[in-house]
Amino acid sequence: MTPLPRWIDIGLLPAINLLLALVTAGIVVVLIGENPFRVLRVLISGAFSAETLGYTLYYATNMLFTGLAAAVAFQARLFSIGAEGQATLGGLGVGLTCLLLDPTLPPVLVVAIACLAAPVFGAAWVLVPGVLQAWRGSHVVITTIMFNFLASGLMVWLLSGPLKEPGRGSPQTRRFAEDAALPYLHDLLGSIGIARSPLNVSIVIALLAAAGVWVLVWRTRFGYALRALGHSREAARYAGIPIRRMIVVTLLISGALAGGMALNEILGVQHKLILNFSAGYGFTGIAVALMGRNHPAGICAASLLFGALFQGGAELNFEFETITTDLVLVIQGLIILFSGALAGMFTPWMTRLVLARAVRDG
Amino acid sequence: MAVPALRLRNISKRFGTVQAARGVDLDVMPGTVHGIIGENGAGKSTLASIIFGLHTPDSGTIEIDGAPVNNLRPVDAIGHGIGMVHQHFMLVPGFSALENIVLGLEAGFRLGPGLARARVRLAGVCREHGLDIDPDATVDDLPVGVRQRVEILKALYRGARILLLDEPTGALAPHETEQLLTLLDRMRASGATVVLITHKLHEIMTVCDRVSVMRSGQLVAERDVKDTSADELATLMVGHDLPADGEEKAAVKVRTVLEVSGLGVRDAGGVRLTDVSFSLRAGEILGLAGVSGNGQSELLEVLAGMRPVSAGNVSVGGRRIDHAHPASPAEMRSLGVSHVPEDRQRQGLVLPFDIRENAVLGRLERCGPGTLVRPAVLQARAETMIGDFDIRPPVADRPAGVLSGGNQQKVVVARETAENPPILLLGQPTRGVDIATIALIHSRIIELRNRGCALLLVSADLDEIFALSDRIVTLCSGRLAGPLETRSADRSVVGMMMAGLGGGATA
Repeated sequence: MTPLPRWIDIGLLPAINLLLALVTAGIVVVLIGENPFRVLRVLISGAFSAETLGYTLYYATNMLFTGLAAAVAFQARLFSIGAEGQATLGGLGVGLTCLLLDPTLPPVLVVAIACLAAPVFGAAWVLVPGVLQAWRGSHVVITTIMFNFLASGLMVWLLSGPLKEPGRGSPQTRRFAEDAALPYLHDLLGSIGIARSPLNVSIVIALLAAAGVWVLVWRTRFGYALRALGHSREAARYAGIPIRRMIVVTLLISGALAGGMALNEILGVQHKLILNFSAGYGFTGIAVALMGRNHPAGICAASLLFGALFQGGAELNFEFETITTDLVLVIQGLIILFSGALAGMFTPWMTRLVLARAVRDG
Repeated sequence: MAVPALRLRNISKRFGTVQAARGVDLDVMPGTVHGIIGENGAGKSTLASIIFGLHTPDSGTIEIDGAPVNNLRPVDAIGHGIGMVHQHFMLVPGFSALENIVLGLEAGFRLGPGLARARVRLAGVCREHGLDIDPDATVDDLPVGVRQRVEILKALYRGARILLLDEPTGALAPHETEQLLTLLDRMRASGATVVLITHKLHEIMTVCDRVSVMRSGQLVAERDVKDTSADELATLMVGHDLPADGEEKAAVKVRTVLEVSGLGVRDAGGVRLTDVSFSLRAGEILGLAGVSGNGQSELLEVLAGMRPVSAGNVSVGGRRIDHAHPASPAEMRSLGVSHVPEDRQRQGLVLPFDIRENAVLGRLERCGPGTLVRPAVLQARAETMIGDFDIRPPVADRPAGVLSGGNQQKVVVARETAENPPILLLGQPTRGVDIATIALIHSRIIELRNRGCALLLVSADLDEIFALSDRIVTLCSGRLAGPLETRSADRSVVGMMMAGLGGGATA
């Protein structure tokens, strides 16, 4: 099949999908008796006003990490859906580092170690599924789902037992030391006057990770082997690419990126370890990666879109009595459906159209 | 004059910027075998797809038995008595021959009665065309040639009177090819019309009544087979004279560069190779003939480092590879062993990768130090390959998957011969490749041999083995026979060795 021009594949097609999602969501809004254009206006201003942009970017940071995690695995055709559990473990890495070290070490050092612990713990959580996939052929879809449950169970046990703050009723740890945290951007950039928000330095880490993923996948031997393996296992075997090692290492990198999400949530915002902070971002990351065509630039754009939906959706809930949180979820779901799951829906149609034009124009 | 069974008038079709068919006029008379010959990419398959209704022509008309048909779809084509046998079989592996033939025509909710009736009808069809087949054999258990007969029966069972065969011998062993040609002859005798699409001149000359030559989407010539020759057809196909093939053979071949001794290979599927020993000498081409599936692929993979040795050993460049000391593909490459694999699409290329990326498949570590990939280095390599092998279109950023089969193979051969390797493994280097590319690849093979390269040539094409090899060995059921000196070898002896009957023992 003739490949589509890049601008269509990564620009026009996602735009069409997004438009279709908005139209469908608009019909839902009409059905419950609201004006879809007003809803859209509130959604956009709710996501991109000076006061709310920080929130949008904060949500986007989470999805940037999990989207990159999914994309790296997908490039090697490993359908890992364990970002949820890996992010949870990343949080455990941050939590243990801070709880153990903040009484003795200076905060800067604690933060630095925590920044390493999050990816290391996230990666460790995918080691067993990776090894099972590589040496025993146990499908990584199944094993990573299992490990999501294990991660969640492990955290419940830890936070209601060994790590729980003594004398407190809720399943969470004590707060970390005052300065053992990634700084907020509104603190760092207070002089230019940006609004208060949970947005913190981890967005910079996430963007660096995106750039790193691009270099890794498209500009290194490792990335070449990764993509060759993803496209053709036989060709990888012919080329002498160590397939098993590649599977494990790729999943470790994916797990490390997913673990990075804990930097934003735990080290950046919560400053204590809580339950369920991964909140489905691991799964949303799959849609982000699909919509972003597994490319870091696309994932940045898709993360921003999904971040805007999360933040703008919350605003809808405030603004309209008829639009409940459930309906916001429906709208978000529609966009995920059209942009993520149905991302390839118009590709054949568009290919025919492009071919027809090429024929007519000679 | 009789009405043509099939008449095409002014058929044109383009895909994007490629004009696959241009004003094609074709008359196929009933009860004849009509050959369509041309290089890969000449538009033969497109034409077949148009006749069968898989593609709609941009212009032109089709008549079947004198009646025009419009907007032909495959289901209509079948209704008009056209049957197509594709190059790649469309059979359900776990089903029996009968179940495959009936598929889609089960006649009713309950399978049993329909199958019983189908069995009777199938026996009739077999009798009419002189075909013999066990309807209850599972198709996986059948040899490729018989599977193809199932495909032909599928078409005949659906009432086909005009049979389109698209490159039917691509996957067949020599004796299966002969059987197919005999079958086509019998079918003609029983009144069927056959359109045989191929790029093999031998098949045209053996079985066809009339032949049309396609080049760049046009029918450039049409001949009665009795009035033409293979040489004339070859020239017509390519559009210019071909360089003479198989020049004088160099004589220096004394130094053994690769030695296989007592090699055995077993895997989950059973024993693949048993006690295989031979030596490969610098400056010679060792031809390995055999019906595919007799251990050739496994032997190539062992020598390429892709498959472990179970018994015996392989010595190359002072390194001894055995069960306890396996070699990786990277190590074999560093020992000077290059490998053109049998399956270019699955192994030799990563189809979505562009030519630049495919230019370094398996050789990335040789493209400069460090872990970073240098786009400029890849670009330069790709451009050299494109220039040396006349790869078309000459665009380095085109995915390999959109190239024609011949150009894909050029990419693989160009990559594997770029560094003038001391040892080259060739797996079916010209299978499914057009004549001009075959000539190019053959001349490159001979050039390497004359430079002192040691080549192992695995081919199912006996003509190719005889044209190029200095010595010939065969594999049958994983056992090696030979070698024979090509000069003193006889086709029938090699054929017997391939069938596991008798074995030459002159070393």
